[in-house]
Amino acid sequence: MNIPQQTAPDIGNRMHHTFIFQAWLVLLLASFFGAALASVQLTLAPKIEANKLNETREKVPELVLGAAGAQAMATQNRHMKIEQQFIETGTRQKKSYSIFKAVADGRTKGWVAKTSGQGYADKIELLVGFDSDAETITGLFVLGQKETPGLGSKINETAWRGQFIGKAASQQLKAVKTEPSKPDEIKAITGATISSKSVCDIVNQCMGDLRQPLADMASGDSVAGDMQQENK
Amino acid sequence: MADQPTALERFAQGILPENPVYRQLLGLCPTLAVTNSVKGAIIMGAAVLFVLLCANAMISLIRNLLKPHLRIVVFTLTIAAFVTIVDRFLAAYMYQMSKDLGPYIPLIIVNCIIICRCEVCASKQPVFTAAADAAGQSLGFTLGLVSIASVREILGTGMLLGFRVMPAAWPDWVIMVLPPGAFLTFGLLLGAVNWVVAKKSASGKKHQGAS
Repeated sequence: MNIPQQTAPDIGNRMHHTFIFQAWLVLLLASFFGAALASVQLTLAPKIEANKLNETREKVPELVLGAAGAQAMATQNRHMKIEQQFIETGTRQKKSYSIFKAVADGRTKGWVAKTSGQGYADKIELLVGFDSDAETITGLFVLGQKETPGLGSKINETAWRGQFIGKAASQQLKAVKTEPSKPDEIKAITGATISSKSVCDIVNQCMGDLRQPLADMASGDSVAGDMQQENK
Repeated sequence: MADQPTALERFAQGILPENPVYRQLLGLCPTLAVTNSVKGAIIMGAAVLFVLLCANAMISLIRNLLKPHLRIVVFTLTIAAFVTIVDRFLAAYMYQMSKDLGPYIPLIIVNCIIICRCEVCASKQPVFTAAADAAGQSLGFTLGLVSIASVREILGTGMLLGFRVMPAAWPDWVIMVLPPGAFLTFGLLLGAVNWVVAKKSASGKKHQGAS
């Protein structure tokens, strides 16, 4: 900026060729749209969060009892009590989980944990269902994902998610490209190995972080209520 | 600029003569992807209408400030802002629909129809004409989507917008609601439209020759 011996038209000319001057409209529009989007987000975010929470609550019976069990409960017009709580835990770094405790007929039927992690395209949000003592996975649901349509988005499919049901929570799951032969293997989606691996990793982390706290809470509950562990 | 079409011409052209789906073959990604239900097709059409209307109006208002080498950046910025608004709005008020349409709402950003209309019409003509153009093109787009979606939904599920239209004995052609059904239906409909257009223009020429 220290070029004092310039005439006015010269400065005008130089100004005209700077990037800032060329791009003033882009910058102005960017700030304007940025502000507009921020206010849209501020207004609508609570509503969107509430929608997600509602969906989570609706999914809890299915994730804990399985589709057939949830259906049976609905036809018998019995209701499940769902208590939300937050746990801060984690082996490597502290992570806060939103936990839904499913109680029916006075007993803890199981737990649903909300968790998320990086997928191929964007964050994947999952709901993982555990049985009452957090020994096995009872269900998996994809709450949000933006994976490649037709490939990664197949993590939504019931058949693929069903592979997780019944897996022991004490192991680390692996996505494999061949037919799974071991109990800790999940068949990866063809053409979407990264999405499949991401889901396995997110579930693994969730299991590792929550198995102990959930089991503790469950045993605490059963001692307090003097209840026996429920068998399948 | 004297030979630019008027607002009414722009509006009418978008619906049939320059139909985005059948005549311009633009925006085919959502055309193939969200047409397995008529409801999804209508919502997609409405989303495109909102985005195109806002983007066209905005670009038209600032058309005299646009610099040739920066215009695409401005178009993309404008379109992205309005698409994000639609996306958030659907997630807040039509949550299930937003989940069904999945990434296709954010993908409106790269829908060629919108950037094409900004370039062809909005950056050259006044707001009213640009808005008429947006309305015509989105109606044409919706028409294209709904026509494909109707065929797919009826043949694939025997229903239309949740009402049974086929006899109960109809064996649902599941393939029609799956991706191959989109290609089959679109190909056949496109062929039919081309056939009609060719026939029309042939008879038009004959008439001209006779008179």
